[in-house]
Amino acid sequence: MQRYSSVAIALHWMIAILIIGTFTLGLVMTDIPGLTPTKLRYFSWHKWAGVTVLALAALRLLWRLRSRPPAYPAHMPTWQRHAAHSLHGLLYVLMFAVPLSGYFYSLAAGVPVVYFGVFPLPTLIEADAALKPTLGALHYWLNMLLAALVAVHVLAALKHLLFDRDGVMQRMLPSSKTRSFR
Amino acid sequence: MTSLRFLLAAALLTGAAAHAAPLKTDLAKSSVSATFKQMNVPVEAKFKTFSAQIDYDAARPDASKATVDIGTASMDLGDAEYNREVAKKEWFNTAQFPKATFVSTSIKAAGADKLNVAGKLTIKGKTADVAFPLTVKTAGKQQVFEGQLPIKRLAFNIGEGEWKDTSMVADEVVIKFRVTAGQ
Repeated sequence: MQRYSSVAIALHWMIAILIIGTFTLGLVMTDIPGLTPTKLRYFSWHKWAGVTVLALAALRLLWRLRSRPPAYPAHMPTWQRHAAHSLHGLLYVLMFAVPLSGYFYSLAAGVPVVYFGVFPLPTLIEADAALKPTLGALHYWLNMLLAALVAVHVLAALKHLLFDRDGVMQRMLPSSKTRSFR
Repeated sequence: MTSLRFLLAAALLTGAAAHAAPLKTDLAKSSVSATFKQMNVPVEAKFKTFSAQIDYDAARPDASKATVDIGTASMDLGDAEYNREVAKKEWFNTAQFPKATFVSTSIKAAGADKLNVAGKLTIKGKTADVAFPLTVKTAGKQQVFEGQLPIKRLAFNIGEGEWKDTSMVADEVVIKFRVTAGQ
């Protein structure tokens, strides 16, 4: 079976690792009670990682628009193709919506983002105490939705690997050794 | 006190028009804030409670006096948890030091609408000599005093223990103020 392009594979896994790391860091940092230097450091790292996800997601969308993904195996039922397309579409939306909601949450809190502590990113909205809790809740629930959809995505991929054994998951694996699975 | 006596004498000699009387501060049009960098991110905190006594006469700027009291517990970083943190012993220790004060020792005219101010700034029980320029503008019957005073937070023990790390919270803090006052 034809695999994804190496650029698509690289972007998929870089974003996957960054999302898992940034999500985990988000849970850890918001669990730290009070205010400590460690907490503030984690907040900054979390924001830098989130901005990186946003930038990589933009590159990935551009790449996806000009490079068609490999076709599904012919035997795959239509409903599964539709489900896969819908899920991938939602994941693309959330790759943008999650970091953007966090970015605007930070701005509403009056804390602009300085990427890696060096590059000040645009302050698109002023500090807004009324908007802050709304954006905080939005960022949280978009993340929970993302976590749930990623779980479905991973389970579906494992289903293809372990039950269907149709090579669909291997299309996105970086290692050439995985071809022996087919 | 000498200058005050001189001032009284001068006032008696020149008539009521030339004396430097305390102005009434218009708190609604006044603000005091502190701006600092946290991991290079500029953060502004506003002080919600402060009072200012300013004796100022445009005709005799050198006879002016100013005292500003700031309620340290009123610092607002825009987040309740952060506000509780900066009230603690490591930061402002607001229980023991509820007020930061500035008292002028000399005010000198420095060109049109400008004054050079020197005085003593006391925060968290530590007093330091500071000097800064400010501008005076007339707005209707009121005067607007505006300026910035950069300080080093560690000179006042603001941020003790692990917060001494200036790569986390920079040592330099700029106090910005705008005081509107009139007769």
